[in-house]
Amino acid sequence: MSKPVDHLNKIKHSLRRRNRAEARFRWYGRVAVFIGLAAVAVLFGDIISKGHGAFQATYINLSVAYNQDLIGVDNLTDPDELAMGNWQALPKAALRAQFPEVSGRSDKRKLSGLLSSGAGYDLKDRLLANPLLLGETESIWLLADDDIDTYYKSWLAGDAYAARLTDKQIIWIEQLHQQGQIRLQLNTNLFARGDSREPEQAGIRGAVMGSLLTLVLTLMLSFPIGVSAAIYLEEFAPKNRWTDFIEVNINNLAAVPSIIFGLLGLAIFINFFHVPRSVPIVGGLVLTLMTLPTIIITSRAAIKSVPPSIRQAALGMGASKYQTVLHHVLPLALPGMLTGAIIGMAQALGETAPLLMIGMVAFIVDIPGSFTDPATVLPVQIFLWADSPERAFIEKTSAAIMVLLTFLIIMNTSAVWLRKRLERRW
Amino acid sequence: MPSLNSWAYLFLKGSTSSMQATNLLILLLGFGVLAFYLGRGRSLAIAAPLGGIRKLHSLPSYYGMHAALWCALPSLFLLGLWLMFDESVINSLVIGSVAADIAPIDTATYNLLLNKVANLADGILPRKGQTESILAASDHMQSLRVISSWSLTALLLALSTAGLFWGWSKTASDFRARPAVEKVMQNLLLACACLAIFTTLGIVLSVLFESIQFFRSVPIYDFVFGLEWSPQTAIREDQVGSSGSFGAVPLFVGTLLVSAVAMVVAVPVGLMSAIYLAEYASKNVRNYAKPALEVLAGIPTVVYGFFAALTVAPFLRDLGSSFGLTVSSESALAAGGVMGIMIIPFISSLADDVITAVPQSMRDGSLAMGATKSETVRRVVIPAALPGIVGGIMLAVSRAIGETMIVVMAAGMAAKLTANPLESVTTVTVQIVTLLTGDQEFDSPKTLAAFALGLMLFTVTLLLNIFALHIVKKYREQYE
Repeated sequence: MSKPVDHLNKIKHSLRRRNRAEARFRWYGRVAVFIGLAAVAVLFGDIISKGHGAFQATYINLSVAYNQDLIGVDNLTDPDELAMGNWQALPKAALRAQFPEVSGRSDKRKLSGLLSSGAGYDLKDRLLANPLLLGETESIWLLADDDIDTYYKSWLAGDAYAARLTDKQIIWIEQLHQQGQIRLQLNTNLFARGDSREPEQAGIRGAVMGSLLTLVLTLMLSFPIGVSAAIYLEEFAPKNRWTDFIEVNINNLAAVPSIIFGLLGLAIFINFFHVPRSVPIVGGLVLTLMTLPTIIITSRAAIKSVPPSIRQAALGMGASKYQTVLHHVLPLALPGMLTGAIIGMAQALGETAPLLMIGMVAFIVDIPGSFTDPATVLPVQIFLWADSPERAFIEKTSAAIMVLLTFLIIMNTSAVWLRKRLERRW
Repeated sequence: MPSLNSWAYLFLKGSTSSMQATNLLILLLGFGVLAFYLGRGRSLAIAAPLGGIRKLHSLPSYYGMHAALWCALPSLFLLGLWLMFDESVINSLVIGSVAADIAPIDTATYNLLLNKVANLADGILPRKGQTESILAASDHMQSLRVISSWSLTALLLALSTAGLFWGWSKTASDFRARPAVEKVMQNLLLACACLAIFTTLGIVLSVLFESIQFFRSVPIYDFVFGLEWSPQTAIREDQVGSSGSFGAVPLFVGTLLVSAVAMVVAVPVGLMSAIYLAEYASKNVRNYAKPALEVLAGIPTVVYGFFAALTVAPFLRDLGSSFGLTVSSESALAAGGVMGIMIIPFISSLADDVITAVPQSMRDGSLAMGATKSETVRRVVIPAALPGIVGGIMLAVSRAIGETMIVVMAAGMAAKLTANPLESVTTVTVQIVTLLTGDQEFDSPKTLAAFALGLMLFTVTLLLNIFALHIVKKYREQYE
């Protein structure tokens, strides 16, 4: 016969073990939550630290002489002559005037490499807007080349990245800096221009417009169709195999990989119906099919949350089934449906893979103005820039991501706000 | 020269057929509104001598709706059909009647000829220097297009006017307009609901059709069990190293490897954080931590791809080299790890749902027997929630397999048969994107291979989804 003390000891011993296990388990949980939150913080921190610089660009101050002989244009109203004009000569001459000691062909080329290759065209636009400038001289801030931009920003931050510059260029930049003729300014190009092969001239305007057009089309199609389908399934559908089949289909479509929708768009819309590639129409159609399940599922949940007493009251007053739904159920379910629509649109805004399949991945400089203009969208622009070898595009990509995330955060917050504000608790 | 015709063409088509469609659509909508007011007005006129709208079967607006539906619906239907088939009918008519010297012999010359004729007709190509027969064909196409757009407009006008008149003339005090309108509405709603089925059907048909074509040139056995993947087919006969072999096993292995890495990250973290937030965390922590974790679910995959390719992959490479390991800069570890981070909120929210669905009485019973909280969770809550958790993990696996952008940006292109996560592998989705985003003919085996891969992907994810949704649904019913 064992003594009772032994049992007590045993229990005490095992209790200590069990409590330790309890504490361990609790720590596993804390660590898991911490890992998740750390991932959010690292991701945002990384993107912001990489991208915040892109909202400023390096500009160089030069006194530009609008020399008619240099450009070779007599008549500013003749488009042919304007196109033939040697506009690049203007910034080149201004740089030579700034650094008169530079000689030799390769040095001169390096010198003109300080400025963006688009500087001449910027001056052309300025001259066309104000023809009186012809023959005059003015002091103006001109956009610097992307390598200069990268160097100058890193140099200001104390960690100069000079891999793509020559020693002479670095000396020139220092001279400009000492004379206060180089500075960082708000990068308006980023928001005002379309894509470009030159990082300093590339902007997200085209991609934002493309996203906007595509999303408008997606919303116009998917919201009415999704709400109609939800109304049918919740309010009118008889309980039979066909309805079950539709339901299973919708639930499965919500989990089908998005790239499959791209294949569908390519095979059906482009190869069968001959919708042109790269246009917002086909992007909108594909994204409509993709977001429909989300919208149907959330709309159904919203309709379900309207209490049956509302319907019974309306029916009792002699309303038809349709009048009940249209006049009473739908208005009450609308906030929930809108929330679902916003979430679906946020999903569509961030989607990339299916759009690659239908050719919205082309290099497009022009800013799209209608549903039938070739366009790209913001996430695809991010993908394209992330693929570009130029170092300056890393900054641009991160900035584009920041813009995209801002839109998404606004959309998702407004969805939450809408739900809190408008949804009624019964 | 058909100068009047081309003027009419420009006017009607508004230079593009999409503009014509938009104009006609606006016209039809206007007609519909007109029909609504005419029908409503007529019902009011009928009701007035009888003693007010009370004498009508339905409210006046239903008579208006009835007329509007008759006016607009058939015409919209016709417009849709016309726009779908207009171009292909014209093309086949034109190509069918071209002069013998330029008649196409195979698909390639057919497409070439069609493009040339269409570009001439659009005025993109200059007419100078083209042969007589091509010019004749383009004129023919031009005139057919004019005929088509004129007849479409005429037919639409006639149809909508007839519909308007018919709907309007049916208006009578004993005409049951409301049931008629509601019947149409119900069918429209049903059609919207059926769109989900058509989408699935469209997916199945499009992938299946192209895949069958692919399996005609590459045997299905070689595709599913072949060990070598190099889709570059030879353009010239004497080209070296472009045999074009389509053995997909390396892709399947790569996909599984990346997904496995993702699951190793996502399952423990997602599950443990769901357990912690559901069972241990105070309400305050839960209210802040849960939405913060869910932010991860809202971030677009292209952002994760950028993060994986530019931050995580170089970090892992440097970390590996400091330990003396060679980590590829496109390692499966980087892509899979970041994918795992993406999936954490997916698993944690699904797990949270099923854990909170376990009845409190079960927990109370276990605690009353003297079990600690963690023992209750491990021995009672998790076993009870297991089917739901397994279903959630399967859904997550299907997402990992179908995830595209992260692997396109952070995983490699070269198909290597390896199980080492430090090496670079390629996946099914990467290959689909690579095969389809170049300029190539649609019928080449390269393009068709993408659809065969798509078929595989669709089948596997569909089976996983059906199975997982079934489990989750069954589990939910258990505790409801």
